[in-house]
Amino acid sequence: MGVLARASADELEAAWAALTPTPPVFRYLRRPETGMVMVRGRIGGTGQRFNLGEITVTRCTIALANGTVGTAYVAGGLPRATALAAVFDALLQTEGPGGPLATHIVAPMAQTQADRRHAAAAKAAATKVDFFTLVRGS
Amino acid sequence: MYVAVKGGERAIGNAHRLYAEARRGDPAVPELTLEQIGQQLSHAVDRVMTEGGLYDPFLAALAIKQARGDLVEAIFLLRAYRTTLPRFGAARPLETDAMAVSRRISATFKDLPGGQMLGPTADYSHRLLDFALAETGLPPEPVPPVAGVSESSCPRVTGLLAATGLVEAPPPDSDEADTTDLTRTPLALPAGRALRLQALARGDEGFLLALGYSTQRGFGTTHPFAAEIRMGSVEIELEAEELGFPVVIGEIAVTECQMINQFQGTADQPPQFTSGYGLAFGEAERKAMAMALVDRALRWRELSGGDDARTPAAPAEDEEFVLAHADAVEASGFVQHLKLPHYVDFQAELELLRRLRADAGAVGCADGRAAGAEAPESVP
Repeated sequence: MGVLARASADELEAAWAALTPTPPVFRYLRRPETGMVMVRGRIGGTGQRFNLGEITVTRCTIALANGTVGTAYVAGGLPRATALAAVFDALLQTEGPGGPLATHIVAPMAQTQADRRHAAAAKAAATKVDFFTLVRGS
Repeated sequence: MYVAVKGGERAIGNAHRLYAEARRGDPAVPELTLEQIGQQLSHAVDRVMTEGGLYDPFLAALAIKQARGDLVEAIFLLRAYRTTLPRFGAARPLETDAMAVSRRISATFKDLPGGQMLGPTADYSHRLLDFALAETGLPPEPVPPVAGVSESSCPRVTGLLAATGLVEAPPPDSDEADTTDLTRTPLALPAGRALRLQALARGDEGFLLALGYSTQRGFGTTHPFAAEIRMGSVEIELEAEELGFPVVIGEIAVTECQMINQFQGTADQPPQFTSGYGLAFGEAERKAMAMALVDRALRWRELSGGDDARTPAAPAEDEEFVLAHADAVEASGFVQHLKLPHYVDFQAELELLRRLRADAGAVGCADGRAAGAEAPESVP
């Protein structure tokens, strides 16, 4: 679910279009709805929680024809992408771990996300410095 | 006091049309897109999200466009919009220890585990206008990525000191911790530190910057060190009630600052460094630093042994002064309400002045001022 939540709307649309033979039949148990979730920090980074501010979140729950229920909570206000994430959640539960969707859709998405993180880390690492403390001569 | 007036609908409608025209500017110039604002004016977006109290780069960019770049107005628009949204719950507290760090510096240790990483910064630049930016279409020189970088998280600087007891431990967290929410419950004083931090996070950057600066100049004695500033992305985890387990719903960018101050100790606490904490959405280093300074200044009573008899020695230490005036939307609203019709009020004052002058004239003052008569301080 984390991988689907982090995926871009375009990535989800592409995965949806690639579903074979056809997109599955489903019905909404809860249509996509945008609301907010309170984000909390911790005093000193590790201590007591405090309210920092909210984030927009869209949620959706669907049921496949076989009855499997899929749910998605995705940061941002994208109803369609969130609905697609909910359908994928249900499909992934139906096929079980290691199924074709997990292998051909979720794993590549996770890899893309890892690559993005790694590329950002590699660029940030180029700004790593060693400060020298100069000792004044007499 | 102001009074309601009627009429002027057509004038108001036309004024708003004129505002929209001014927003668009010369139609021959391409219109700004929200993507451009989000990508190229990201500090403005971050500030609007932080002080607007809502992380949503798309909505913040829209607010900035609508407000023609007036950030306080954009913050107001975002605050107003968020009142229309339902709340699904609260996320688990952010784990900034696990941040994917893009910038991390410490002014207290030269060599520290994880290293000093400047990240995207304008520090060390000469602040010369770069006229190359006036030319469009020139891509910036790319940063050469470093091969073989591991993405391990950096240990926290205060964590290194805490192991020896030289820096205070932050107040512990628990599921029962007081999470009174400023957006739902009116501010009550004295506020706890958690509530103060929420108010400071939403507080106006300029106001907090000035207050933080005042503590450095001697209005409130603190001598802070920037133990650590880190910037990067963290995951948001939500435990939705129908799922029963936490799920990652996305990642957000945050900036965190920990200031540490020397502390002589009290009967209950040994001498050690005490800390101030700042946290903001996006890349908002100045805001996070100012917030940390003010957070520490507001802790003076707690750190002086909780002496209720003492009064704050400086504006930045005065909880009521700081918290009641930090909010840009409230401040802007009250200052700008002076534009509303005060015709009746003003007429009353005018009448009073005329009467006072007439009375003074009656006792024989040539210039109409009564010797020794003082104007009332306020007119009810």
